[in-house]
Amino acid sequence: MVELAGVVKRYRRGRQQIEVLHGIDLRIAAGDFVALMGPSGSGKTTLLNLVGGLDRPSAGTVTVAGRRLDALSGTELARWRARHVGFVFQFYNLLPMLSAWRNVELPLLLTGLSGAERKRRALIALQLVGLGSRAKHRPGELSGGEEQRVAIARAVVSDPKLLVCDEPTGDLDRHTADDILGLLQALNRDHGKTIVMVTHDPKAADYARRRIHLDKGLLDAVRAA
Amino acid sequence: MKYLVLVLAGLRRHRSRSLLTLASILAAFLLFGFLDGVRTVFGAGTDTYGLDRLIVTSRLSLIQPLPLSQLARILALDGVAAAAHANWFGGVYQDRRNFFPNIAVSPASWLATHPEIGLGAAEREAFLTTRAGALVGEDLAARFGWRIGDRLPLEGTIFPHRNGSNTWTFEVVGIMRATDEERAAFAGELLFRYDYFDEGRTQGQGTVGWYVVQLTDPARSNEVAQAIDALFRNSDAETKTQSEQAFNLAFAKQFGDIGLIVSAIMAAVFFTVLLVTANTMAQGVRERVGDIAILKTLGFRDGTVCALVVAEALALLLAGGCAGLGLAALALPTLSRSLRGQLPPLAVGVDTWLLGLAIMLGLGLAVGLPPALGALRLKIVDALARR
Amino acid sequence: MRLLRQTLALSWMGLATLPRRLGSSLVIVVGIAGVVGVLVSLLAMRDGFEGTLRAAGRLDEAIVLRGGSNTELSSHLTREDATLIAQAPGILAGADGRPLVSAEVVVVVNLPKKSTGTDSNVQLRGVGPQALALRTQLRVSAGRVFTAGRRELLVGRGAADQFEGLALGRTIELAGEPWRVVGHFTSGDAHDSEVWADAASVQSAYRRDGYQSVRVKLTDAGAFTALRAALAGDPRLEVDVQRTRTYYATQSQRLKRLIEVLATTVAAIMAVGATFGALNTMYAAVAARRREIAILRALGFASLAIVAAVMIEALTLALAGGMLGAALAWWAFDEYTVSTLGANFSQVVFAFRVSPALVVDALRWALAIGFLGGLLPALHAVRAPLTVALRGR
Repeated sequence: MVELAGVVKRYRRGRQQIEVLHGIDLRIAAGDFVALMGPSGSGKTTLLNLVGGLDRPSAGTVTVAGRRLDALSGTELARWRARHVGFVFQFYNLLPMLSAWRNVELPLLLTGLSGAERKRRALIALQLVGLGSRAKHRPGELSGGEEQRVAIARAVVSDPKLLVCDEPTGDLDRHTADDILGLLQALNRDHGKTIVMVTHDPKAADYARRRIHLDKGLLDAVRAA
Repeated sequence: MKYLVLVLAGLRRHRSRSLLTLASILAAFLLFGFLDGVRTVFGAGTDTYGLDRLIVTSRLSLIQPLPLSQLARILALDGVAAAAHANWFGGVYQDRRNFFPNIAVSPASWLATHPEIGLGAAEREAFLTTRAGALVGEDLAARFGWRIGDRLPLEGTIFPHRNGSNTWTFEVVGIMRATDEERAAFAGELLFRYDYFDEGRTQGQGTVGWYVVQLTDPARSNEVAQAIDALFRNSDAETKTQSEQAFNLAFAKQFGDIGLIVSAIMAAVFFTVLLVTANTMAQGVRERVGDIAILKTLGFRDGTVCALVVAEALALLLAGGCAGLGLAALALPTLSRSLRGQLPPLAVGVDTWLLGLAIMLGLGLAVGLPPALGALRLKIVDALARR
Repeated sequence: MRLLRQTLALSWMGLATLPRRLGSSLVIVVGIAGVVGVLVSLLAMRDGFEGTLRAAGRLDEAIVLRGGSNTELSSHLTREDATLIAQAPGILAGADGRPLVSAEVVVVVNLPKKSTGTDSNVQLRGVGPQALALRTQLRVSAGRVFTAGRRELLVGRGAADQFEGLALGRTIELAGEPWRVVGHFTSGDAHDSEVWADAASVQSAYRRDGYQSVRVKLTDAGAFTALRAALAGDPRLEVDVQRTRTYYATQSQRLKRLIEVLATTVAAIMAVGATFGALNTMYAAVAARRREIAILRALGFASLAIVAAVMIEALTLALAGGMLGAALAWWAFDEYTVSTLGANFSQVVFAFRVSPALVVDALRWALAIGFLGGLLPALHAVRAPLTVALRGR
């Protein structure tokens, strides 16, 4: 599903060039649930951004579902993201002025679906994450856990094969975090979503099928969970 | 259309700021409506109003009298359907500040050449038969509460009465109603009979201020005007003939280069609005860098995001601008009525609307594009990291 | 005292960071500059017009018109009237011992305006031999005075500037006869818009036998009462007499009021817009410094000092905008010469006049806008609960 070969990523910070990833080789099979772990500054999020098609590598290749992302233009990447990947962030990143279902509907705006169909699918996605009754609420009126469920509903509404999650439980209490992780697990198990999740919480990583450790821009070890 | 929700949501994000911006745009376009209405009156000359009549004045100046003997010769010309004559009276009712035009006219021919004056049959008959009869415009009648049958004393500031006093007394025999808002200047005027005037004045008998000539065909306006002037060339009373429209325009222009002053004001207003709005939009986008990054993450293309930002600016400008112009359109006729007789009718015309819309669109792009391009350059990764 | 020190410290901090917030601060400056610029321009027009007419009027000069007439154009006096008026008491005698009196005939002539090319009503004034001695403010700036009995013109500076064909040495046609421009004059008042000639020449060209007005120089301002009483008491005369100061002041009233209404309306609408702009800017400025303000409050700065500092910032920007607007108006319009149709049915040429008093007046508008635009955001800044503001995301 995901294949990285010799991936290097450098950033320019002021006059300096900083190399964040030093040559990563990584394969993630379809249907896998991977926890990407490592200390702050190890390059986890950078790697995740590459997998999600938010950024392009300085060198090396990124292939997702048979598509070479490193060769795509910005516009092509955007179109690709709209179809093939769903995002879940630590701070939910919902648009505060839109109601829950309108937030979930956002990715569908990029399709040719009718308004009624978009709404139907958005509501189904909300039901899937257990928030069918909160469709009309704004993010400000929801709890953190509920917000994250809305974000997950938004990530799956266009039925992408790959979910990319950046610290999805980083801002949640233990109990709520378990709910969210359970939900992700169910999406992986019952709906066949391939999930790549960055976390530094070992308990969260327990929900994944396997862990990948990243340290100082290099893959430390690859172990089965 | 489906993105409308997003545009509205963007505007709602800072509701009070959007409203304030909307209000300043509204104020600017209200002003634009007023000023462009005035500018059109002084500048234009594109409308056809007043092309079927000619005004004949002395070539020397507007105030130089012409002999009434010219009337028969004008009427005999080919292309002239009818002709009336008039003299400015300049009477004052009670106080100088109560200014309104009052004019002595040839009764039957004046009504014949001015079909836009709405009168009842009885009123018309009364004016044609009552020697001291006067017609007052509806606005003027409303202003002083005059009714049919009232007797009005006017002080003749130019023309003392031959009976030794300055006071002329008229009897209101009709109220002139506007049948065409474009030609309603008479609504603020008082008209009375030339024969009554000529008999009462102490000097200048047999002279008139100007003639109004009704053409058989508006297309022959120039030809007939030249024929009239040729008729009296090298006589004691040379004439200057122009279409009523040209006459009104030239008269309006005498008030000064209003167009320039008005354009300067409009430029100042728009420069101001552009800055205020541009700043608000830029602020809005800056604060919503995160939202934009999310949209881009979800796969919204740069063009779409750009369009959304521009659409917000356009939405504000169009909503505020149309509301402002609409308000001006509502207010101008009222304002114009109160100025009738002093200025041609003011209105927010099609031209003003079109110009206004063009300005809204232009401003919308000018204001929306810079932040939109900023949104374009925005790197998702950086933007999300900044949150 | 402590409050003052705090305020000063905070204002200083605010103003020192202004350059960083230049873009949004400019909105206040430019918005208010727009309001003030428009206001000053329009009022400068009013003042120019009024000043030009006022300068033509004096307390020790009187104008006699036919009873009931408002303006010279609507007046008519016979030769007998003029002779009788010259014999009235209170009139100053000239160097030659004769009373300083000028019986004048006024007609309106059509001359094309340079800026538009369309005909304008220009006042042709036929004056008596004493006219120049009577108007002490008048100077012949080029050429010479017309010769009595000849078709010669002495042209006011404003008229020469605004209308075609009035250059020195040119000949124009008036009443079907050729008239030569032999001189230009300046008087710094409404007469600058006029074209002068010998009264007898004008009368014969236009076939007039009387006059429109008689102007007299009084022995002193107080002599007016005696003159008025004498004229009113003479059964042979049916005339009105006014000081020229009063006469010209009345003439400027209608246009003056019109411009005032226009200026106030336009400026008020713009001011509303500018206030909103200022509010926007100051809200944004306060929002950007919310944490900073919260920290200051936590450190014990008085709310009042914070409000005052925000207000000072808004008012400083407003003042800068006001001065910019006034400077622009001055640069663009001071001495800008236009002409319009005056009460005498003829053109009055006048220059915009941007005076310090006007600028002070307009700056008051600027400060009012700054005050309104700053007050609400300032209060907003100190009303937010400290805990919330400190946590501020």
